[in-house]
Amino acid sequence: MKKIRCALIGSGNIGTDLIYKIRRSPVLEPVWMVGIDPQSEGLARAREMGLKTTAEGVDGLLPHVKADDIQIAFDATSAYVHAENSRKLNELGVMMIDLTPAAIGPLCVPPVNLREHADKVEMNVNMISCAGQATIPIVNAVSRIQSVAYGEIIASLSSKSVGPGTRANLDEFTYTTSNAIEVVGGAKKGKALAIINPAEPPMLMRNTIYCLTDDEPDEARITESILKMIGEVQKYVPGYRLVNGPLFEGKKVSVFMEVAGLGDYLPRYAGNLDIMTAAATRTAEMFAEEILAGKIQLKSLEVA
Amino acid sequence: MSEIDSLKGRKVIIHDMCLRDGMHAKREQMSVDQMVSIATALDDAGVPFIQVSHGAGLGGNSLQHGFAPHRNEEYWQAVVPRLKRAKASVLLIPGLGTMRELQSAYDCGIRSVHVATHCTEADTSPQHIAFARKLGMDTSGFLMMAHLNNPEGLAQQGKMMESYGAHTVYITDSAGYMLPADVKARVGALRAVLKPETEIGFHGHNNMGMGIANSIAAIEAGASRIDASVAGLGAGAGNTPLEVFLAVCERMGIETGCDLFKLMDMAEDLIFPLMDHIVRVDRASLTLGFAGVYSTFLLHAKRASERFGVPARDILVELGRKKMIGGQEDMIVDTAMTMAKERGLLKEVA
Repeated sequence: MKKIRCALIGSGNIGTDLIYKIRRSPVLEPVWMVGIDPQSEGLARAREMGLKTTAEGVDGLLPHVKADDIQIAFDATSAYVHAENSRKLNELGVMMIDLTPAAIGPLCVPPVNLREHADKVEMNVNMISCAGQATIPIVNAVSRIQSVAYGEIIASLSSKSVGPGTRANLDEFTYTTSNAIEVVGGAKKGKALAIINPAEPPMLMRNTIYCLTDDEPDEARITESILKMIGEVQKYVPGYRLVNGPLFEGKKVSVFMEVAGLGDYLPRYAGNLDIMTAAATRTAEMFAEEILAGKIQLKSLEVA
Repeated sequence: MSEIDSLKGRKVIIHDMCLRDGMHAKREQMSVDQMVSIATALDDAGVPFIQVSHGAGLGGNSLQHGFAPHRNEEYWQAVVPRLKRAKASVLLIPGLGTMRELQSAYDCGIRSVHVATHCTEADTSPQHIAFARKLGMDTSGFLMMAHLNNPEGLAQQGKMMESYGAHTVYITDSAGYMLPADVKARVGALRAVLKPETEIGFHGHNNMGMGIANSIAAIEAGASRIDASVAGLGAGAGNTPLEVFLAVCERMGIETGCDLFKLMDMAEDLIFPLMDHIVRVDRASLTLGFAGVYSTFLLHAKRASERFGVPARDILVELGRKKMIGGQEDMIVDTAMTMAKERGLLKEVA
């Protein structure tokens, strides 16, 4: 069966883990990996796995896009360079999946709004943050039953799974995730907290979601909605698990989750990185399925 | 020269915590009037720095940490204009508080900040420390749960904070776990690597009854800033009680510039009457110190205990075993629920 050919930009942990996820997909094929450091472990790993590589950044990829029929690119670099990467690749008709906090395209949480983005043939969608992917489905599971005045999430990450980029830019993570709790989660006001825990052995990613509903919560319907949503996420992140809750106290609904990764390139405790790569892959698959079925066609944005 | 005379003439800068750490002991419920009366009394007694904010600092108003009756800005706008000499400060924990909130604090007259990270995660603070310096604030790096890192590791973390621009690096005994020898080893290791002009601070909790002894040990090893709070008003068994610490300083000839008798009166007449519970070493707070658990977890664990029927001590010991750190208050209810299920006190939902 024909597969949609993909490029991975950024040869760090996320980019490298993506190779494994994409290779497993029935509709995607990883073809190129783009880095900036010829010595990087990620590029070496990509070559071993049969990908073409360049250490010249996105400009090293551009001349090959047409010949190699690249239709989807994943950007796991940084917010600072994403806009340029996206502009250059969109011009060539390549759809971008943004794993940086740049968020120039619409925010995507697969079980909540991926369908909508695919129908509109968005040429750039943003994956928010690991905490966003892990918690917003739950906020949405509550807000689709009744209105949520306030949603707050706490993401606990193992120290080993948090790279230098996130560490140096924690405020960006906070702003991006808080905003997405509102825009995608459906809470009127959102707040995100991040904790980095150095315990050894490393703890699995934990997420706590609190929602304050406007009216008394309908316990049975909210519980059913949350369990259904967890099932949706488990389709692409099997290690997404309810630990405790939902706990109802007045208008407060508390849900305690855990995310274990698949242990591809990153160890199992790094569920935070795994849920990002898994959600990005799921997003690309939806677009790829539509392209292969002839339902949508990616257009070059040269004239836009 | 005897040990007791060796600190004669040493100058130490006092930073009072009643209106920040003390907020935890009040379940974040302090009125603007209470804040103003405490702050003006501290100022009048010559305390040079007063921390004023939600117990968890900037961004602290949350379901995770509790909502205070007022925004931080409302407290600052009431307190700062009333201070004649003292500088007001805040706590900023990256991941919770942000630079936008620090700007807002500055705009309200806040001129000093503790930028706090867990004792192994200093590299989450460079943006915030640099921004505080850009604003011209007195800037401290604040290494929390310092007993969980060894002296050499802690010294490296402090060196990073210094490189980001911190004027002072604090060793923060958030769990009230350390003994004087632990403090001396850590302050000594920091002193050996930091520039001579970089100050060292110590922030203690009294869960093992060591607040004063640890603060003195810190000074002996080279610390020049001490956090304390009148009557110990703070999380767990409270902070180092300021008036007691000052009495010890006077006997030892350590110079603080604070008025001992005024602060004694303040403890008796102002702070004790407003305590919801007498802040002291009791079974639960001693468990914090003994097990090395974040002091703020105390009241949360007591509430979870009432709700799920698992003793607070059992919850706190389990949190210590799981190496939970400051900010993970959500894991208290989670842990209590898991323990309640294991004990047949709670049913699984799914």
